Amino acid sequence: MITSELFSVLKHEFCLLAILLVFLVLKIREREWKNETLIQLMNGLLVLNFIIGWLMNSEGVLFDGMFRNTLLIAFEKNILNFAILIVHLQSTEWMRRHKHLPEFYMLIVSSMLGMFFLLSSANWLMFYLALELSAIPLAALCNFDLEKKASGEAAMKMILSSAFSSCILLFGISLIYGSTGTLDFGEMAGRLSAMPLQILAFIFIFTGFAFKLSVAPFHFWTADVYEGSPVPVTSYLSVISKGTVVFVLSTVFYTVFGSMSGIWYDVLVVSTVITMTIGNLFALRQTNMKRFLAFSSIAQVAYILIGVSAGNEQGMASSIYFVLIYVFSNLGAFAVVSHISAMTGKESISDYNGLYKTNPALSWLLGISLFSLAGIPPTAGFFGKLFLLGAGAGTGNWPLIIFAALNMVVSLYYYLRVIRAVFMEPADSAIPKLTYGISVRLAMLICLGGMLLLGFTTGLYEYILSLSFGLK
Amino acid sequence: MPDTRVILILLFLPLLSFLINGLFGRKLPGSLGGLLATATLFVSFLLSLSAAYSYFFGSVGITGAYETLIPFQVTWLQFSESFSINMGILADPISMMMIVVVTFISLMVHVFSLGYMKGEERFATYYSFLSLFTFSMLGLVLSSNIFQTYIFWELVGVSSFLLIGYYYQKPSAVAASKKAFIVTRFADLGFLIGILILSYYGKSFDFVTLTERLVPAASTYSQAAAAAGFLGISALTWALVLIFVGGAGKSAMFPLHIWLPDAMEGPTPVSALIHAATMVVAGVYLVARLFPIFSLACPGALDVVAWTGIISALFAALIACTQTDIKRVLAYSTMSQIGYMMFALGVSGYGAEEGLGYMAAMFHLFTHAMFKALLFLGAGVIIHYVHSNDLKDMGGLRKALPITGATFLIACLAIAGIPPFSGFFSKEEILLSAYNSNYTIYIIALITAGLTAFYMFRLYFSIFWNKPQVSANEHKHEGTLSMLIPLLILAVFAAFSGFIPFSSFVTSDGIPFETHLHLEFSILPVLLSVSGIAIAWRYYKKPSTVPASVSQKTGSLYRTINKKFYIDEIYLFVTKKLVFQLIARPAAWFDKTIVDGMMNTAAAAAQVFSLSISGLQSGKLQHYAYYFIGGAIGLAILFIYSIA
Repeated sequence: MITSELFSVLKHEFCLLAILLVFLVLKIREREWKNETLIQLMNGLLVLNFIIGWLMNSEGVLFDGMFRNTLLIAFEKNILNFAILIVHLQSTEWMRRHKHLPEFYMLIVSSMLGMFFLLSSANWLMFYLALELSAIPLAALCNFDLEKKASGEAAMKMILSSAFSSCILLFGISLIYGSTGTLDFGEMAGRLSAMPLQILAFIFIFTGFAFKLSVAPFHFWTADVYEGSPVPVTSYLSVISKGTVVFVLSTVFYTVFGSMSGIWYDVLVVSTVITMTIGNLFALRQTNMKRFLAFSSIAQVAYILIGVSAGNEQGMASSIYFVLIYVFSNLGAFAVVSHISAMTGKESISDYNGLYKTNPALSWLLGISLFSLAGIPPTAGFFGKLFLLGAGAGTGNWPLIIFAALNMVVSLYYYLRVIRAVFMEPADSAIPKLTYGISVRLAMLICLGGMLLLGFTTGLYEYILSLSFGLK
Repeated sequence: MPDTRVILILLFLPLLSFLINGLFGRKLPGSLGGLLATATLFVSFLLSLSAAYSYFFGSVGITGAYETLIPFQVTWLQFSESFSINMGILADPISMMMIVVVTFISLMVHVFSLGYMKGEERFATYYSFLSLFTFSMLGLVLSSNIFQTYIFWELVGVSSFLLIGYYYQKPSAVAASKKAFIVTRFADLGFLIGILILSYYGKSFDFVTLTERLVPAASTYSQAAAAAGFLGISALTWALVLIFVGGAGKSAMFPLHIWLPDAMEGPTPVSALIHAATMVVAGVYLVARLFPIFSLACPGALDVVAWTGIISALFAALIACTQTDIKRVLAYSTMSQIGYMMFALGVSGYGAEEGLGYMAAMFHLFTHAMFKALLFLGAGVIIHYVHSNDLKDMGGLRKALPITGATFLIACLAIAGIPPFSGFFSKEEILLSAYNSNYTIYIIALITAGLTAFYMFRLYFSIFWNKPQVSANEHKHEGTLSMLIPLLILAVFAAFSGFIPFSSFVTSDGIPFETHLHLEFSILPVLLSVSGIAIAWRYYKKPSTVPASVSQKTGSLYRTINKKFYIDEIYLFVTKKLVFQLIARPAAWFDKTIVDGMMNTAAAAAQVFSLSISGLQSGKLQHYAYYFIGGAIGLAILFIYSIA
């Protein structure tokens, strides 16, 4: 392997490593850096990282087939790069007040690095290592509101639950290794025969994914962790962590378990039905904005599962497309929640009463984001859901599609609840008029633009679809 | 052939006005925003007239039929090689007719609102919403693609949500707008699924292509659609019925009508625009748009349309007899008239005279738009004058509101189907087409026609007669000129638009035919209408010497007449006892308790269920672990055993 080739295949990972190193050096040199400087530096680095991500992507396989990169995977990494940039931009206010910013950055970039390796893994060993690399820093990140007890609780719950889920996942991997004698994705695909042991192993591996995606009944940690963690971490968890796992899930299901598609189709259908119901029913009752978004994101994932269940290029492309739109919509909502939480500490839905009177711009962004999450045209969210359901409809399972569509109506109810609070409820003590800096404003504008325009950009879905061919 | 640019401009002008009013409206001085919106719409209206003119008088000639033209189309999203979503403009008789109706009524409402909404704090916002609504409605009728229709359909829903909730300080307005939005969304869901099924089998979203592929029974597409099925009903029927559910939601057909009466919380001109002339007929338009598929490929679905229509027509007419809120009476009457259009489509055949019902439905849509908008705008003037919606606060307003009174009378005569007013012609043809195909429907339609005349004149007499005349009050005016001119213009159309030879323009297959008046056929319906009016005249016109409330008065009236005429007693028994007590009251009760109740119960059940499972989310990690491992083992057992 030529070094230049190595660099171009591993480019995304090298970029993150470079960022990691910058902050490591800054930290070691024992000099107090101003937060403002660090934030600007990180902004610059993330923008650079995002730009480099688009240049000279090449496909290749490294380390004896442990690591692979394809144009589709590179595209997925670029989506994640974009998401982390927005997360960072929108939480400027929170970071400005934090004392341990370099550590925060190092942890979040490490986790991100884990996600990238996860995307590129072509071997269960690599897969497992990457998963742990992405999960352990996350638990530390959850604890980063150091003065808040809830934050510590969130971290504890996160690390214990993910350890638990890792155990079962690892159990599944060892069972399947035992029955096929290989850990390589490609080789394993040829040796699966859908015997009961392998089904058991598959289910255990699936729970690992389900845990990360908050698929019911593996979702219980979600609300507690989302509520306790600092908002940037919550948005990271809900967008980047989920997005990665969706990407990996479809690849693993389509390639490794391709021969067991009959089984995983049923597993997906069962999980979809349970998750959608649970997510929606719980979201109806939430009073805290972050918990509310947690349950709404649980319900959102269920729609992705419908897309994945299609089992073809369209399923893959529509779920990637949806994740991209979900990035905009969810981060748009989180931008508002995060900013309000950082400036006033208020997080409950009733605190949002009369927000429109004092902060019309924030209200519109929140409103449009929620509309997009609810899937109302002409926001991008509608097109995302439409393609997912369209892909799912290809299997001819109309009851499932109708069930999903019915759930869209239920979800509308609770999204409208928040919108009503914001636009129509009278306020006794409305949130005062908030100011926001250039970077927060920029993040918000990007999200808004994405939600309003993405649905109408013709080529994007087709581009993803063209990348998805041949990967099945 | 109409100029593409003309159509594009007339479509996008309201959008421009929406953007200007929405973004800069608050900064514009006085009523400039409203004037601007009105001016742009006036241009739109002129352009749609010119487009319609060049379509109707330019393209017939070659084949003797009006062709369906796609003057403009872009590929918006390429799904696969053969499957794409397009955005385009479709010109055919009904779309050309609709753009004229939409821009005309919208223009009248714009002008009327200049006076009616004067001094409102959010004047510019109001006009921006009106413009957005007009844009969406125009986009909806011009769509060349069912998917594009759906997008505009939702946009229409959103903008009507905004307009109904315009008085957002009023909790009832907020509740009504939410109800309208959720109920129609519920119906739209059916629409969306219907579209997916239809396009899955037709492999296209374009109306023209869908028609070409699904209508011939021998084509591979329609055979595939006929072969596939669910619960013993073919996929095509499902698709069309589901699409019709969407249309029924927007058009307030039973049992999805529950949002319409509440939606009257919006400003009255909005009701004229949305709930009389444009949005609520979207469902009728949708069925008409897909009519070849309904009629030729799937008559079963058309029966559903017919029966839903006739049931709604009768049901709403009965309820309208008992209402005392002027706007609610009009709302139910709208529902009833749309039911008329629906069943006319439902009983219609395809092609030439067979397609009389289709043509009659479109004709009625046209005339109804005129007289119903007139009624609502008139109601606006009345409400403006007495500051109440309730009939008991009205009465004897003849002198005080002379122009409104006269125009309201014309509209009532038109809706009652009295010749030579416009409603007579369109209703006549609807009845004729029902008579030719389904006798039961014809009878119910006749009864409804009589009821319609009764409740409309009950309304008219209660408002303008009944009490001693209120003389013109110096401090109170009938309204500004901008409010009265639309009334006069609409009155002219409500009176005379029946003379338009509609069948020369709008027919199911595009080939014009001639309709004739059948005098002997017309006698019965007109007689029924006249007797309806007579009953209303008998009981509601008489000025009472007792200045008590209306209910008491009808009570004393009842005693007086009881002794005089035996025949009156029968009438009274039928109207008061039988119709009011035995049918209309239970119907109103059914509407309030069962239909509303079912919706409420569903919501409450979800709440209760959600409460009962919230115990699961205990916050204890060990419990979460139990559920986790339980879930894993459960799934494993389920799937290992289902394989073995």
